Amino acid sequence: MIKFTIRRLLITFPQLVLLSVLVFFMGSLMPGDALSGLIDPSIPAEAIEARREALGLNNPWYIQYRDWVVAMFQGDFGQSIFHQRPVMDVIGSRLMNTIWLSVFSVIIIYVIGIPLGLISGRYKDSLLDSVITGYTYLGFATPTFVFGLVVLWIFGYHFGVFPTNGSVGAGLEPGSVDYILSKINHLILPSFSIALIGLVGTVQYLRSGVIEAQQKDYVMLARAKGVKQVSLYLKHIFRNAIIPIAAFFGYELVGLLGGSIFIEWVYAYPGMGALFLESIQTRDFSVANVLILFYGFLTIVGALLSDIILSIVDPRIRIK
Amino acid sequence: MAKHLLEVNNLTTSFKIDGEYFPAVDDVNMRIRENEVLALVGESGSGKSATAFSLMGLHSHARVSGEVLFQEQDLLKNNERKMNKIRGGNIAMIFQDPMTALNPLMKIKHQILETLTIHNTKRKSEREAYTIELLDRVGIPRPERVANAYPHELSGGMRQRVVIAIAIANRPKLLIADEPTTALDVTIQAQILDLIRELQDDLGSGVLLITHDLGVVAEMADRVAVMYAGQIVEMAPVKELFTNPQHPYTRSLLNSLPSEELLGGKLHVIQGVVPALNKMDRDGCRFAPRIPWIGPEAHEHKPELREIAPGHQVRCTCYKNFYLDNSIDQKDMERRVEAGQMDGKKGASVSNE
Repeated sequence: MIKFTIRRLLITFPQLVLLSVLVFFMGSLMPGDALSGLIDPSIPAEAIEARREALGLNNPWYIQYRDWVVAMFQGDFGQSIFHQRPVMDVIGSRLMNTIWLSVFSVIIIYVIGIPLGLISGRYKDSLLDSVITGYTYLGFATPTFVFGLVVLWIFGYHFGVFPTNGSVGAGLEPGSVDYILSKINHLILPSFSIALIGLVGTVQYLRSGVIEAQQKDYVMLARAKGVKQVSLYLKHIFRNAIIPIAAFFGYELVGLLGGSIFIEWVYAYPGMGALFLESIQTRDFSVANVLILFYGFLTIVGALLSDIILSIVDPRIRIK
Repeated sequence: MAKHLLEVNNLTTSFKIDGEYFPAVDDVNMRIRENEVLALVGESGSGKSATAFSLMGLHSHARVSGEVLFQEQDLLKNNERKMNKIRGGNIAMIFQDPMTALNPLMKIKHQILETLTIHNTKRKSEREAYTIELLDRVGIPRPERVANAYPHELSGGMRQRVVIAIAIANRPKLLIADEPTTALDVTIQAQILDLIRELQDDLGSGVLLITHDLGVVAEMADRVAVMYAGQIVEMAPVKELFTNPQHPYTRSLLNSLPSEELLGGKLHVIQGVVPALNKMDRDGCRFAPRIPWIGPEAHEHKPELREIAPGHQVRCTCYKNFYLDNSIDQKDMERRVEAGQMDGKKGASVSNE
């Protein structure tokens, strides 16, 4: 188990290097550099050139790449041109918001999605199953931002029971009970909007997993052993059906960290997704670059997480 | 004469095809005594496995009628709770494909412990040791290690031994072996058969051995029931069946085996296939379409199983006029099928759940 994890971590390393090279080159392919836009026309060209030299912008690409990587290891991700602040400052405040939103959504997805999937597979072709399956089809067909807008309109605007924007109420002391409650209150609509659409895949996966597992020989053997219905489902069918869901957990979580862009936009929720759209609109590439690197990093971590979880739930993966 | 362990009367199991029920097991009667091996033989689709699953009450979407008397109770009248006590307890089953019969996520010992716990065999503290003992009993080397292994770490033969260990864990009175060697290598087959024979002697249980391999039958069985299209067409003690086969189906089967007399000659081939459930003529002799050179007058209407010698039963009168005809070739047969003289071939097939 530990061996597997270490080996899996070692594979991650070259992936990260490749990713950073790609992001770096895409960044340098963009026209202009950090000085092209910052400079007052009254400054003499020699001064600009001297500044370029001092910043290392005239160095060959591999030196620049090295400097960039070294700086990142030291926690220096550069300056945001638009915000005139270090990139890390800009991202930092948004990062926690997005993490909270994702974690909330993932919890809702599994708390609602797993029972629905199991029920729908267990009672295949019943009325209940038809209702659940109907819902998953609708969910697949509905874009998240449309659903988000509808939810926003009904609960935020029409009934006015939940806040329609921001991540926390104004004028609250960070860390106080009121502050935390306000945070949660602001999370409810966006996370439900994400989860109620996001869980349909989980439901369908589980449903077919349960139906498939029911027909397996080992289920027949378990029945021939005299295993009761309840334990038959809990120990033999559900455990096998849930493997793909468990294996998908890492991707699901990471997908939400990077993929809640539209919902954050709809709810004017100050998260990373909103920041990403903003940074592209304002051509704030130093922020955009770091975000792309970050999303890429997350994807690799998600795959890693999924592999580790899969190796825990499925003994067949552990070998090799 | 020992009394019957299992008595099956008029067992009929029907499956639903396009909204209508068709019997896959049609009015089957059989008896198994203690310590006796009854072989149930027939080609794929003849209803052997469906019979076995009906005895255990394992069909979830089939309509099952008749009587299955075991230890003074009719198993078909039992509810699930009562059946669960019998399944794995006094009646146990060995499955066909060991590669898929074990839960991939459970350690071997837990799969064995599960059946011990359900049937409350041995004291709790002794169960783990008994598990190792069972694995040792079925000939698994280094049982302590295997007990902690997962199924995918074992070979097919080893897994089948584990399946057998699960089956004998609670010392069943009746063992149903559903093609226990079909999925195994030839070299392993003999070992597994020896093991089953040995355990059966040891436990004194009755065995219902389902197979399509006549070699297995000759080696293992005391009596044989030959099944075709859901019906038993011939039933006889094993010696009688091999020396004096009567029903055309049995004779055709035996003649399709390689033998010394046939050395260098052509094997007999039974043309066509078992008719599909929803496409068969249920009133006539069901084997008639596959022996078209025997005229219709040789068969009876609604053929019955009749005793022709003590313990030897044959269905339909056609056996009296039957002779093997190898001259009929595949092409001719196909023409007949197309002309609609034979049913089968086309039509829905049904799996055994």
